[in-house]
Amino acid sequence: MDINVPALLAQLLVGLINGSFYALLSLGLAVIFGMLNIINFAHGALYMMGAFCAYFLLNLLGLNYWWALILSPVIVGVFGMVMERTLLQWLSGLDHLYGLLLTFGVALIIQGVFQNYFGSSGLPYAIPEQLRGAINLGFMYLPVYRGWVVVFSLVVCLLTWFLIERTRLGANLRAATENPTLVRAFGINVPRMITLTYGLGVGLAALAGVLSAPINQVRPLMGADLIIVVFAVVVIGGMGSIMGSIITGFTLGVIEGLTKYFYPEASNTVVFVLMVLVLLVKPSGLTGRAT
Amino acid sequence: MTTITQNSVPTTTRRPVRDEMIAFAIMTVLLLVVPFTGVYPFFVMQGLCFALLACAFNLLIGYGGLLSFGHAMFLGTAGYVSGHALKVWGLPPELAIVAGTAAAFGLSVITGLIAIRRQGIYFAMITLALSQLLYFIYLQAPFTHGEDGIQGIPQGKLFGFIDLSNTDTLYFVVLAGFLIGFLIIYRAINSPFGEVLKAIRENEPRAVSLGYKTDQYKLLAFILSGTLAGFAGALKVFVAQNASLTDVHWTMSGEIVLMTLVGGLGTVFGPVVGAFVIIAMQQYLAGFGQWVTVIQGVIFVACVLTFRRGIVGEIGHLFKRSL
Repeated sequence: MDINVPALLAQLLVGLINGSFYALLSLGLAVIFGMLNIINFAHGALYMMGAFCAYFLLNLLGLNYWWALILSPVIVGVFGMVMERTLLQWLSGLDHLYGLLLTFGVALIIQGVFQNYFGSSGLPYAIPEQLRGAINLGFMYLPVYRGWVVVFSLVVCLLTWFLIERTRLGANLRAATENPTLVRAFGINVPRMITLTYGLGVGLAALAGVLSAPINQVRPLMGADLIIVVFAVVVIGGMGSIMGSIITGFTLGVIEGLTKYFYPEASNTVVFVLMVLVLLVKPSGLTGRAT
Repeated sequence: MTTITQNSVPTTTRRPVRDEMIAFAIMTVLLLVVPFTGVYPFFVMQGLCFALLACAFNLLIGYGGLLSFGHAMFLGTAGYVSGHALKVWGLPPELAIVAGTAAAFGLSVITGLIAIRRQGIYFAMITLALSQLLYFIYLQAPFTHGEDGIQGIPQGKLFGFIDLSNTDTLYFVVLAGFLIGFLIIYRAINSPFGEVLKAIRENEPRAVSLGYKTDQYKLLAFILSGTLAGFAGALKVFVAQNASLTDVHWTMSGEIVLMTLVGGLGTVFGPVVGAFVIIAMQQYLAGFGQWVTVIQGVIFVACVLTFRRGIVGEIGHLFKRSL
């Protein structure tokens, strides 16, 4: 079989980019699930809001990509925190499934509103000037922006891992995940921590949205199908470990990229098929604890 | 941790069968007189198909505590197979219905074996992912005609002499199908099997410790639910005369959840009421475009936050009856 190396590498790069979105989103889902016991179905819609936020910042306020990279996650994160305070906090003590249903409803609302005003077509978002062009690596041309997305996502993922696994704040967070009552007894404000955690998870989704805006266009439904793939990623990886989410996300992106090259018909389904295989071999997920 | 249907479980241990009999009689009479009232029969037929679908879904969530977020796959699969059987193979309606339902049965065996390997929230995500997998397969498979779907499906003559292209005849056939499915579900809920299912929902480790092979019960419930959802899908082909990708899409799975939630999770008649409420809402708000999605989202949020018993659950609670 002839292998067209540049085409293969190009698909591999696309796979790495999708993988970085999977990693950022599944990371947020895992962090949120740990603290709130909720699977955040609105994650895809909030990812979309991140991209739209960047679009509005540019077109209404004239704030460029770099501002969007900072402001979008903050704005969407604050939106998420308001959502947590007004809606999600009433679910504590109820079955996990209610959280899924509530956030599904929120996703429908957000996506429906955006669809009303922007239809289903995509809005263009230009690649920032500093990241245009391509670098010749000798064996392939690497578009600068795509390389930037992969590297930047990886750095953000590792920073999140560091924050949760290696800092005092993260230690409190992990402790509160294990036993909120006891942590409260130590004088730590757990409800505020829950709100901030939700904000953090949602902010990561919005950040992924900003990163994807110049690549995938800004569309109201850009997160709707993505979130289902991310669910499959979460089932494969399990939500037990932060590093596990990062590695699973990138790996599945790469596998998907390779599938696009070798057997494009299956590129949409490969992650789901892998999920089935993992469930048959190791039902608790690759890094997860049995639940 | 409270279970998802805790609100609707009656406090009495003895099931008030008499109430359910009366409610069933009222429902049947109401549905029998529809063709003579001038209500648009296709609307009611569509409602009946979705009602059966929601009842099948409710068997899993309401009595087994398993939230399937992919029930559209059974609806869509049975629809495609029945439609293909009628249009391309030229099978008579009864065999087309059997073919569609059998396809849903096969699918539910396979997906059930995969999905029951995880519980709770993961079960929901797995069923959603499996239905999305199937969606992409149907998008590319030649026999589904992709975005166009199978259109202009002939209705044919049931058993060779019942002409289904006559609206009134079709109505009573669909009604009969709905009642058969409804009674199968009702029988399952009130059987020893149903009791074990409820025990698993309340406390699975305890059911295991009592010697029940809970995986087998869950699988059986999943297969029964998926097969009956497929039966609803096969009936729907005769009403809509098409089979398309919308029936397999995750938005459809979400609507099934919504219907059951609105009507009342874990109630016998709730899914029927919920299905008609949601279908009617879609009908009347059809001109508002995507605002229908927004309204559905608002109903989801409102139901989860303030109205967890659903319509029938609230009524039952008010009169201290189990419906």
